[in-house]
Amino acid sequence: MNTEERIWQYLEDVSDPEVPVLSVVDLGVVRDVQVQDEEVQVTITPTYSGCPAMNTIATDIRLKLLAEGFKSVRINMQLSPAWTTDWLSEEGKIKLEEYGIAPPVEDGGDIHALFGRDTTVRCPLCKSENTKLVSQFGSTACKALYQCNECLEPFDYFKCLK
Amino acid sequence: MMHNHENAPHLHEQHFNTPVQDYAPEVKQLVLEYTLQLADTSFILGHRLSEWCGHGPVLEQDMALSNIALDLIGETRSLYQYAAELEGKGRTEDDMAYLRDTVEYKNPLLVEQPNGDFGDTIMRQFIFDSFHFFFLKELQNSTDHRLAAIAEKSLKESSYHIKWSSEWVIRLGDGTEESRKRIEKAIDNLWPFSGELFMMTATEKKLLEHGVIPDYSQIKNSWDAHVAKVFQEATLAVPQNVWMQSGGKEGRHTEHLGFVLTELQYLQRTYPGLEW
Repeated sequence: MNTEERIWQYLEDVSDPEVPVLSVVDLGVVRDVQVQDEEVQVTITPTYSGCPAMNTIATDIRLKLLAEGFKSVRINMQLSPAWTTDWLSEEGKIKLEEYGIAPPVEDGGDIHALFGRDTTVRCPLCKSENTKLVSQFGSTACKALYQCNECLEPFDYFKCLK
Repeated sequence: MMHNHENAPHLHEQHFNTPVQDYAPEVKQLVLEYTLQLADTSFILGHRLSEWCGHGPVLEQDMALSNIALDLIGETRSLYQYAAELEGKGRTEDDMAYLRDTVEYKNPLLVEQPNGDFGDTIMRQFIFDSFHFFFLKELQNSTDHRLAAIAEKSLKESSYHIKWSSEWVIRLGDGTEESRKRIEKAIDNLWPFSGELFMMTATEKKLLEHGVIPDYSQIKNSWDAHVAKVFQEATLAVPQNVWMQSGGKEGRHTEHLGFVLTELQYLQRTYPGLEW
């Protein structure tokens, strides 16, 4: 295993501070890892521009790699191409649902289309598809608030961003 | 590489991977001024929306207002960081936000208007979102790589904002007698500030020639079409022949901006260099 591959493995241990069940790799925010001479360069991209977790993610990545013995770590911030929920790993989506957050739904809808139809989101608890949107804006920038019409449980939906 | 304590990076330090382009000095100055204008606009509106935090009519809408505020402040940070790099004088994003005075702020007058009631806040947001969304779509094609990247990022967020404010205009307009009265009053209050969004300053005209910014007259067409569609569904009338206020984009502000800056700059003015 080369050094870059090892670093990708280490980053599997760095979790998203707001959704700790996901690693930064699952989340798709790590875009590139390069090692040149003694310096490690990790390129990350924000999920949302104002996401307060980004500074924590940068700190946690740096601390993890310093703890693994790397002496110099540079964190690059890449804005384009902009993060999309398509970069969430399949494993990440399963972890999200098990954790009680409905994963983003691929419905072919265009978020740029105004007043499109509502997405069908499955309740992470009872798995019913009879759910309703309570608010497009939830506990964090990346989530919307839903409620299940069957088991009545309110739940977070990790909203689709394309 | 060894670091001593003084020049060790902050643990969260990050570097943008789109370097500042190789501009002629006078073009660079224009891009800098314009980047600050965009940053000021999102910053002041984001701050206004943050004033709602804890005061929203219901919890879900309180969170929506705070979420939108956060997206706008996030966009602001990318822009101020870029402005600081363009200027290259060692100032930071915080210096740009906290140590510039009213006349240096170049936001349009609309975004500094007070929150008023929920109807006023919704109408101010609707006027802005309907501009911001179509503007960012075009700015993605800017010849300035960083502005294009910031636009690409913020557009995704803006598409949620415009849906939210458009739905509220419909709900209030086609709602109860009281909600209709409020939103109509908000239209009267705020419509005179809608025109400035599309008026091009001398800086903007020059940047249009350089391909850095889109032509606002095309954005105005998209704005008109969207506003007409939403107002029709809301059973509201689009005001005609309204006298349009302007000056904000050139640093001539309404009395409200000074109060906004007094509040948000207080700590850095009183305790210079204070850090969390």
